[in-house]
Amino acid sequence: MNSGIDLQGSFVQTLKDFGLSAGLAKAIWLPLPMLLMIIGATIGVLVVVWLERKISAAAQQRIGPEYAGPLGVLQPVADGIKLVFKEDVIPAKADPWLFTLGPILVVIPVFLSYLIVPFGQNLIISDINVGIFIWISLSSIAPIGLLMAGYASNNKYSLLGGLRAAAQSISYEIPLALSVLAIVMMSNSLSTIDIVEQQAGYGILGWNIWRQPVGFIIFWIAALAECERLPFDLPEAEEELVAGYQTEYSGMKFALFYLGSYVNLVLSALVFAILYLGGWEFFIPLDRLADWIGVAETTPWLQVLTASLGIIMTLVKAYFLVFIAILLRWTVPRVRIDQLLDLGWKFLLPVSLANLLITAALKLSFPLAFGG
Amino acid sequence: MNLAEGVQIVSFGILGVMMIVTALGVVLLPKIVHSAFLLAGVFISISGLYILLNADFVAAAQILVYVGAVNVLILFAIMLVNKQEDYSELPGRRLRQVSTAVVCFGLFALLGTMVLATPWSLNTTSPAVIDNTIVALGEHFFSDYLLPFELASVLLLMAMVGSIILARRDLIPESSSTPGTVTTKLTLPERPRELASLSGDSDRQ
Repeated sequence: MNSGIDLQGSFVQTLKDFGLSAGLAKAIWLPLPMLLMIIGATIGVLVVVWLERKISAAAQQRIGPEYAGPLGVLQPVADGIKLVFKEDVIPAKADPWLFTLGPILVVIPVFLSYLIVPFGQNLIISDINVGIFIWISLSSIAPIGLLMAGYASNNKYSLLGGLRAAAQSISYEIPLALSVLAIVMMSNSLSTIDIVEQQAGYGILGWNIWRQPVGFIIFWIAALAECERLPFDLPEAEEELVAGYQTEYSGMKFALFYLGSYVNLVLSALVFAILYLGGWEFFIPLDRLADWIGVAETTPWLQVLTASLGIIMTLVKAYFLVFIAILLRWTVPRVRIDQLLDLGWKFLLPVSLANLLITAALKLSFPLAFGG
Repeated sequence: MNLAEGVQIVSFGILGVMMIVTALGVVLLPKIVHSAFLLAGVFISISGLYILLNADFVAAAQILVYVGAVNVLILFAIMLVNKQEDYSELPGRRLRQVSTAVVCFGLFALLGTMVLATPWSLNTTSPAVIDNTIVALGEHFFSDYLLPFELASVLLLMAMVGSIILARRDLIPESSSTPGTVTTKLTLPERPRELASLSGDSDRQ
């Protein structure tokens, strides 16, 4: 099978033709996709912040940001600049080291997880064997940062917020991992590329969302809880805890928390799109269409077209999910902490276990449809 | 020396130094919270060493289990316990210290012998170098390591059932029996008010 556009191969080959050694060419290539991904993630956050402000304004029949740029698109940039120039206050009785380390520990794992997000056959930073598992394990580091921030602030609201964040994150990690495991079982691989490949071929009908109707709901609830989005934003519940673990933070450290939470939201939406909505696949199977109208798979313009369509499709799916998350934020009330833990441990955990068992049984009985 | 080897040596050095420094911090720092946070550093450096050994799945599992679960639970325990106690000399302190030293030295000697006795060198063409670690792990689990694997899973299942029973017992708010009348061996000493026994509850439900 043709592997499509291989940017890395052609880049390294070009540098080699200029007379550089293979190792040096590789070393020049390596930082490029990482930088691109970090910049892309940050810009994605700006878009989400703008969307959040506009959609929440529409939900409440307001206008929202309007003066900074056309339709207020520059408002998130203005927010960011304001936060950068704000004074960075460390409370007098806080633990300065932990206070500084907390936000860093929250942000870094989220950005690292972008390592495994594919936008096309070869448009991924690193296709590793453990793929999606890396995302789950990295997302489990964040509660340590939240606990650290909550403890170091020397404030009872912060400590409560940090403890809530950690409890919530631990409880919802298990249903999240179990619903991912059901997908992994069907695709016979943890690699995100393989998971998307397994959904390819039948267009929208082949996507995992039809094969995992329970799994995707569990995944979405658990992902919202992991991102601390509104039905589950107890760690920072304004009415109860001021701002939870962020209470004492200001300036760039607060901006890191803010950035981290939105990057995490976009990341969860991207992972949802990869796991359940066929990743970069179009609604109709493009390769069959090309076959049908008689264009060879190796035609350059077709490859460029499918690659760019793949990137667009991944982003469209992810931003559709972000839109749903924002709408949910402004329509659903917040749950109480005991309701949250009850939902996680007493409902989602058994249901996701049952889902896993049923998936295994279906896989054994219908190996054709459920990935034998 | 090519790029990959250089990166490996440099990251091994960084990880080794990080592991030793954080481990010393865990033992030596006066505040227990700092020790607990540094413990996460130790676990992360160990996972980095696993990555250097091409054990990618084990590295990710190390982070998930030890950093994400064990360490967070340790932190929880530290932050929820609010016990103020003055330092007092325990009886037989000297004896305790000596026995601790003996046990630690024994463990160290055991590990040292293991390190010295194991043939470590593998050449890159040997069948021990594997691509897909997950498949290899699975095959080992269900063939030559079947018994330890099953035993560990039964143990974990027992722990889970036990914790569910303990959790359910606390969640039954008001039992019809008057407090203090029903006393079983499952009573938690810290909570004398909730003395509902398991058999009594299942009868009532």
